[in-house]
This record gives sequence, structure tokens and C-alpha cells, in this order.
Amino acid sequence: MSTESLQFHRDADRLTHDLRHRGLIQKALGGYYTKRDEQKAKYTDWQMARISAAAAKFEAVNHLDKYLVELTEKLEARGTKVFWAADGNEAADYIASVARNAGVKRIIKSKTMTGEEIHLGQALEKAGCEVVESDLGEFIVQLREEPPYHIVFPSMHLTRGEINATFEKKLGSAPADTPEELTMIARNVMRQKYCEADMGISGANFAVAETGHISITENEGNARLSTTLPKLLVSLVGIEKVIPKLDDLALLLPMLATAGAAQNMTCYNTLLGGPRQPGETDGPQEFHVVLLDNRRTALLADAEQRDALHCIRCGACLNVCPIFKNIGGHSYGTTYQGPIGSVITPHLRGLQSWKHLSFSSSLCGACSEACPVKIDLHHHLLQNRRNAIAQKPVWWEKPIFAGFAWFMRRPALYRFAAPLLRIGAPVLHAIRGKIFDPARMWTGTRDLPPAPPQSFKEYWRKRHAKR
Amino acid sequence: MPSDSRDKILRRIREALAVKAPACHLAHGGSPAAGHAPTDWLPPVPTSPDGRVALFEKNSADLKTGVRHCADAAAVASELAALARENAWKSVASHNFSLGSSAVQSMGLPVIFTDRGYETSALERCDAGISGCACLVAQTGGIMVTAASAGGRALSVLPPHHVVIASRSQLVGNLADAFAHLRESHKEIPAFVSFITGPSRTGDIERILVLGAHGPKKLTVLLVA
Repeated sequence: MSTESLQFHRDADRLTHDLRHRGLIQKALGGYYTKRDEQKAKYTDWQMARISAAAAKFEAVNHLDKYLVELTEKLEARGTKVFWAADGNEAADYIASVARNAGVKRIIKSKTMTGEEIHLGQALEKAGCEVVESDLGEFIVQLREEPPYHIVFPSMHLTRGEINATFEKKLGSAPADTPEELTMIARNVMRQKYCEADMGISGANFAVAETGHISITENEGNARLSTTLPKLLVSLVGIEKVIPKLDDLALLLPMLATAGAAQNMTCYNTLLGGPRQPGETDGPQEFHVVLLDNRRTALLADAEQRDALHCIRCGACLNVCPIFKNIGGHSYGTTYQGPIGSVITPHLRGLQSWKHLSFSSSLCGACSEACPVKIDLHHHLLQNRRNAIAQKPVWWEKPIFAGFAWFMRRPALYRFAAPLLRIGAPVLHAIRGKIFDPARMWTGTRDLPPAPPQSFKEYWRKRHAKR
Repeated sequence: MPSDSRDKILRRIREALAVKAPACHLAHGGSPAAGHAPTDWLPPVPTSPDGRVALFEKNSADLKTGVRHCADAAAVASELAALARENAWKSVASHNFSLGSSAVQSMGLPVIFTDRGYETSALERCDAGISGCACLVAQTGGIMVTAASAGGRALSVLPPHHVVIASRSQLVGNLADAFAHLRESHKEIPAFVSFITGPSRTGDIERILVLGAHGPKKLTVLLVA
């Protein structure tokens, strides 16, 4: 087992038995389910909307070269500098060099999961900059030195009491016990930071090829402030974020809001097509867009799972996943948690190290059902399993299944063995999951049903004898 | 400066796309019905102007955006004066726009006009930002702003109370209509466009809604007939 897999199983086991944690997550998601269904019901046809959204992303992903070139030309035409980064190091090095050249000391960052993926914050701190996360949830987990728990709700695992303790310790704030008071503490801290920052960093939810805009979705206003006030702005954009047309946003923005946070529309949806233009009185003087590959092209090359690049990072698949709800976001040990994380992490970071995530699934299909762009998530989990075994077969699986098949094809042997199993059942129950149980890996976490008093064949024979 | 990997990435993409995606990735068995725009599947929007105003008001109420109706320019001035009294404004920020400028000046409060250039810290200290907008969106209860229509990029997000003055004729159906409006009125889509849908909000602490996370705590639309 890989170290990632060992850590995953240890953390998952601990959290599955943590009833307080489970209660917190259920409470946090309870309201989401009700509101999401209310919002979906307002659509003329949610299923047709999903089909149309999938079609827009299909067009983009399957002509990625064309749309990225168009996006770059349009952005450059209005003075944006576009940098193409093959991997995380290239992106982080470039952004650090932009900061260094401009003499940047203080950076204000709005939420970017792509930034988390390449550990951008740490790289810039190493380069001597102060980096402050401005999204409230991200700010809280940054103070606690934790990774985000959920791609959309980074601090959903914390109570107000824990957040208050963090604020008292790290910010020296007065005790507060309502979400409102706590939010205002963060607001006041952050207001200063926006005004002082020399550089803003953002991610992007979409990038419009047709007009050369990046699109940022948020509720708090932190991204608008981070992308407006500092004189220098860098946006980190995964190459799969590109969409062909501006009008695609007319569908995708409401759907992202509904699937992601059960909203009609997210509070701020901002299109940025360049730095301050002639005639404008504010906005950044310099704007850099970094287009990041970081093995997205490896996922693109797997045609069977290419639609995983349709993902708009709404988090809907996490919210409905029975695995996520039980083991929590941190157990995954990945930037992207939940079903989408289990599908793409093996492509981004290595199949053998991360295949365990694809095996840790009930294959119930709730994720595929929830996905607003119709990614076939649960089948991709099966394909990851198949690919992992084909690449590195488990030596004992074939002989075991061959033996099972041999046995099952011999009715006489089966008839002879079935009653023996009934006699042996108490022994199996006694040793189940213990050290001398050879199948303890499997039986340790599963119930062995009691042996029935008679087999179906015996029952059938008796029933006919009576007549 | 590190060197750019554009050619390398484009080569990888073209190699990958040499293998076609399976047909099931497109619409999974169904296909978007012919003769329909993708936005047809979104929540329905009435075609009549009154119906759209009603939908905008309903969405605004859900979002906790205040909507006040003004019959004419004089009513705008009196509504602004009322807002200033109710919220005890001491200074405001605004910009030059036809629906609002004279009403803002008639308030008798210190005003920063962002389109004449401004200090960030001074704008931050203002009690309200009063701006125009490019259009209003009935389907979402949203307000589309551009730098030209709303006094720059910061005026609509930095002060703690944002007041938008718009005419009823600026109300459009959905986001696609808003984009069409931009195309008609500009040579190219402006470099800054933002949809504001309600006052700033967060649910990051126990998923409980709090208004005024970083942007305005209050949002008021003055709808001029």
C-alpha cells in the first residue's frame, strides 16, 4: 500500500467513527439539499440545462488548443500578459518573479483551488511576501494552518466556538459567539489588507475565449476587492477553464450557483478582460494571466475520461457523496476532495499512489446524478480501478477467481460443501476480523450474515415432496 | 523571468485530441432540442415589462436587496435624502451619471466623485457608494455594472452601502440579454463587467448567512419610472 493509501485508511477510519464530525457535516449540508431542490425546481428544465451545459464544455475541451489561442490573443490585445505554465513549479516561479520584479511585500489572495493545487501561497511566502487569504473560510483555515476541507466550503468542519478560539489566539480579537460577530472581525482585519496590498491573486471559474475575459464567481466581494485595489494582479487559470462564447456564461453562471451553493445566482460574478483601460480611473495597472497545465493534458489524453475536464468545481458531487459525508474532506489528502477528486487525482498525481480513492466508493452514482455538466463520475471510478489493476495486477486475485469458477461449475461439489459451511459458520463468526482470519481485510469491516437453516434447493425439494 | 511553455502545452493538447472523445461525453444519450437556446431551460422570465419588474422585485426580496420606486428625478432626490437620514450617512461617493448626479449633489453631504480620481482610503471611509449600472437582470435579481456605467471598479463594492439608480427601461430578461445589451452599446465587451446579485454575503461559519462579508452590507435599487 502507498503511504497516501495508509494515511487515507487511517484518517477515514478515525473520522467515520467520529459522531460529532458526522453531525456537523450533516447539519451543514441539510439546508443545502432543501434549498438546492427549491432552486432546481424553478428551472424550466434542469435536465435539459445540464445537457446544454455539458455540450458547451464538450466543445471547449475537445477544441482546447483553438480556444486557448483565441483567449490569449484577446487578452493580450487589451494589455494582459499571458504566461503558459507546463507545471506547478513553472507557474509559481513565474508569479514569484512578477512579485519580485515589482518589489511586492504584501499579497491579498482570493480563493483559488488551482493555487492550492500548486501550493502557490507557500511558494510566495518563501519568496518573502506576506500572503493573506481573503475568502472568509480560506482565511480561517489559513490561520489554523489547515488545508481547505471542501473545494467550495473550506471551513465547513468547524464550529463557531473553534473559529472564535482561532481568532482570539491568532488575531487577539475579543470573544465573539455569533457567526455575524466573527465575520465582522475578519471584515475589519481584511479591509486594511486590501488597501495595503501591492499585489492581488485570484483564480478563475471560467475564461471566455470569444471576448478574452476571465470570470470569477464569489459571494463575499473579496475577489472583487482583491482584483481591483492592488496595482498588480495575477490570475491563475487551469487550461480546462476556457469556454468558447460569452453567452455560455448565461447558462453556466446560474447553474454553478444552483449546483454549488443552492443559489439562484452567486452574489458577484465578475468578468475581467484587462488591466485599467484608457478612460478608467481605477483597477490594476498590470494584469497577468497564468494558464496552467500541470498534467491536465494527461487527463485530456485519456479520451475515455476526458469529460472529467468539463468540471466547473461546483462541489455538488462532494455534497451528495456518502463517502465524503462520512470520512470528511481532509481524509482524502488531496486538493480536490470527493468523487471528482477521486477521479482526477490519479491522473494529476499518479495512478498507483492514488488508486485507493477510486476503490473507496459505494458506486451509488449520486455524484453523476448531481453533476451539472453530466460527468460520468462513478463509471470513471470503475475505469480507474480497471486501469490500476491492468497496470499492476494483484498476483493472488486471478488464481482465487479461477478456483471459485472451478468450484461453482461443479454442482456435486457445491451440494457436498454447502452443509459443511453451515457447520463451520459458528467458527467463521468467532474468528471474523481477528488475527487468524485469513480474509480479515475484507471481513473486518463487514457483517457475515447468519447461515440459513436450509438452502434454496433443499427448500424447493421439500416443497415439491409435500404436494 | 521563466520561459513560457506555450508550444509544449499546445503540442500536448493536439497529441491528446488526436484520439476522439467517446460520443457519450456529449449529452449522454440526449441532445439539446433543436430550435432552443440553452437559456430556455433556465427559470422562466415574463415578457411584459410589468411582469419583469415583479420578478426583479421578488428576487431582490429573496436576496435582501431593497427596491424603491421613484416616479421622477425629484423622487430620486427625496429617496436619497431619506436613505441618508435613515442610515446616518456622513459622506458618500458617486460618479457623474445622468440619473443620479444632481440628486447626489442636492444631498448636501461631502461627495467623492470616483471618475475624477480618488484615494482608496478615502473611498473606504465613505458611508455609501451611489452609482448607475449597465442594466438590471430580472431572472436573477442582478445588477450588471461596468467601469463606465458605475463609476469604476471599486465604487460598487468598497463602501458599506451600495445604492444603484436605474430606470425601468434598463431591466432585461436574463444574462444573455444583458450581454446583448453590452454588444449593442459598446464596440467590444468592456474590460470590467460584474453582476451584483444582492448584498455581499457569506455562509462560511456553520453555513449561516451573514450579510456584508467584505463588500456592501446593504444594497438598495432606486427604480425610476
